Amino acid sequence: MAIKNNYIRIEYLVFLCAVSAFGFVTENTYYLQIMTFIGINTLLGLGLNMLMGYTGQVSLGHAAFYGIGAYTTAILSGTYGINPWLSLVCAVAAAVFIAFIVGLPTLRLSGYYLAMGTLGFGMIVNIVIREWAAVTGGASGFVGIPVLEAGPLIFMSGANYYFLVWGIVFAAMIVCRRLLASRTGRALRAIHDGEKTAVAIGINTHLLKLEIFIFAAALGAVAGFLYAHFVLFISPESFGFMFSIKIVTMVVIGGMASVWGALLGATVLTLLPEVLHGFAEYEMIIFGTVLMVVMIFMPQGLTRGIMDMIRTAGRART
Amino acid sequence: MTQSEPTPGIPAKQILDVQNLTKMFGGVKAQDQISFSIEKGIVCGLIGPNGAGKTTLFNMITGIYQPDAGKVAFNGKDIRKTPAHRLVKAGIARTFQHVELFSSMTLLENILVGMHVRTQAGFWAAVTRIPAMKREERQSRRRAEELLEFTGLCADAHKMAGDLPAGRQKTAQIARALASEPLLLLLDEPAAGLNPVETHALGKLIQKIKQSGITMMLVEHDMSLVMEMSDKVVVLDQGKKLAEGTPRQIQRNEAVMSAYLGNG
Repeated sequence: MAIKNNYIRIEYLVFLCAVSAFGFVTENTYYLQIMTFIGINTLLGLGLNMLMGYTGQVSLGHAAFYGIGAYTTAILSGTYGINPWLSLVCAVAAAVFIAFIVGLPTLRLSGYYLAMGTLGFGMIVNIVIREWAAVTGGASGFVGIPVLEAGPLIFMSGANYYFLVWGIVFAAMIVCRRLLASRTGRALRAIHDGEKTAVAIGINTHLLKLEIFIFAAALGAVAGFLYAHFVLFISPESFGFMFSIKIVTMVVIGGMASVWGALLGATVLTLLPEVLHGFAEYEMIIFGTVLMVVMIFMPQGLTRGIMDMIRTAGRART
Repeated sequence: MTQSEPTPGIPAKQILDVQNLTKMFGGVKAQDQISFSIEKGIVCGLIGPNGAGKTTLFNMITGIYQPDAGKVAFNGKDIRKTPAHRLVKAGIARTFQHVELFSSMTLLENILVGMHVRTQAGFWAAVTRIPAMKREERQSRRRAEELLEFTGLCADAHKMAGDLPAGRQKTAQIARALASEPLLLLLDEPAAGLNPVETHALGKLIQKIKQSGITMMLVEHDMSLVMEMSDKVVVLDQGKKLAEGTPRQIQRNEAVMSAYLGNG
C-alpha cells in the first residue's frame, strides 16, 4: 500500500510541475486563456465525477450550480459592490443551500428519475436567470463584474488567473482524492455498486448521496465564480441544458471513477471546439460522435482505456 | 412501546422476539401470524419449502419490509419502525441468498465498508486527515485483516471482489457482515452453490462465529448442515409457522415431513 501511495504522490508532483511550467513559460494569452477554461471545466467535472462516476447518481442539471455560483457573485459584487472574495463565500453558500433543498427530495429518486429530476431543476434555474431581468440582466446577460484582486495582485492578466484557477483545481483534486480514500469514499462506491446492499450493511445512503450532491454543487459554484470573474460578462446560455450535457460528456469521456478522468475529459471537451473552429455548426455532431466512439471502444473512458492500452502493449512486448 | 420493554429484574435472554408477524403482498399473506423467539448465543435454523416466506421474514427483521401487523423486538426494543441502516448499527447483520458484494471494490475494501457503522470519520475528517481519522483508518485495516484471517480469505485481500470464485464470495459476504460487529447475524442460504468441501468449511466457520458469541439465524436448504448447526429450528410453510423445536423434534415431526415430501 505504501508503494502505491508514493506513486500517487509522484503523479501529483508531475502534474503540479507541468502546470506550473506551462504557466511560467507560456506568453501567449490565448493559450493561457484556453488552459484557464480547462481548469474551470475540470472543477465542474471533478464535482460531477464524485456524484456520477463514484456514487452512480446521474445529474443532468449540474450547470445550474455553475450558474448559481456565477450569478451570485456577479450580482453581489457587481450590483452591490461586495468584496468578490466575500461573494465567493456567498456563492458557495447559495449553491449548498439550494443543493440541500433540491437534493432532499430528488435524491430519493434513482436512475432515470433522478436524471429527469435534475434535468428539470437545471431548466428552472436557467429560466429564472433568463426571466429575472431586473437582477440578472436577463437574456442579454450581466455586465459589470469586477476584477478579482488580492492586495497587490490583480487577477486579470492571463498568467495570474491561470495560477489562481489551477491552484484551486489542484486543491480540489487533493480533496476529492482524500475523500475517496476514506470511509466516506468507500461508502460512496458501495452505493454505486449496489444501493440496496449498501443500506443493508448500514450505510445511510440518502444522507450520503445528499452530502456528495452538495459537495459537487459547491465545486460547481466555485467554478462559476472563477468563470464570472474571468470573462467579466455572463449570459444564461453558458449555464443551460447543453452545458449540463457537456459536463456529463466530460465525465464519461474522461472516465468515470477517476480523478484524472475529469481533467482529461475537461481538456478534450474544451480543446475540441477550439480545434474545430471552422466546423462550429457541427460541434454537437462531433461531440456526439466522439462520445459514441469512446463508449464503444473504451467504455471505461479515456483514462482507463489508455492505461489498459499501455498495459497490453507492455505485456505484448515481454 | 412499553409492552416491548423487558420485564424488570429478569435479564433479557431473548435477543429476538417475533410476535404475530403478518405481511401482505397485494392480498396474499406472505407471512401469517408468525411468532417465535431466539435466545442469545444460539443458532436458529429457519427452514421450509420454496416460497414459505423465509426471505420475507429476514427482510422484516432487517427493516427492508415493514410488517403489516405484529411486532419484532430486538434486545427488548421494538424495531418495526427502525430504518434498515440503523438496525445494522443496533447489531443486526445479514448476508444475501445471491451474493451481493461490491464488485468494483477489492475484498479488503468490502470488509472496510462493512465497518461503516462502527467507524466515524466523516467528510471533514477525510479532507483534513486529522490524526483521529488516520488512527481509525489504521485500526480498521488491522481489524479487516483479522477478519480475513478468521474467515480464511487473506490471500484474496487485494483481489476485486467480483473476480473471486463463487464460494469465496459467499464467505466474503459473511466476513463483511461480521465487520459490522453484529449481535445477531442472519445467513440467507450460505451453502447454496457450494461444493461439499466448501460446505464443510462453512459449517466450521459457523461454529467459530457461534463460539465468538454471535447469535445466528440460518436459512438453508442443506438439511444436514441445518440440523448439525442449529440449536433450534423453526419451520415455515406457505407463510405460516409449521413447527418449532430442536433438530431432533423437527426431524420426527409429521407435519414437517408431509410439507416437505407431499401428502402422498
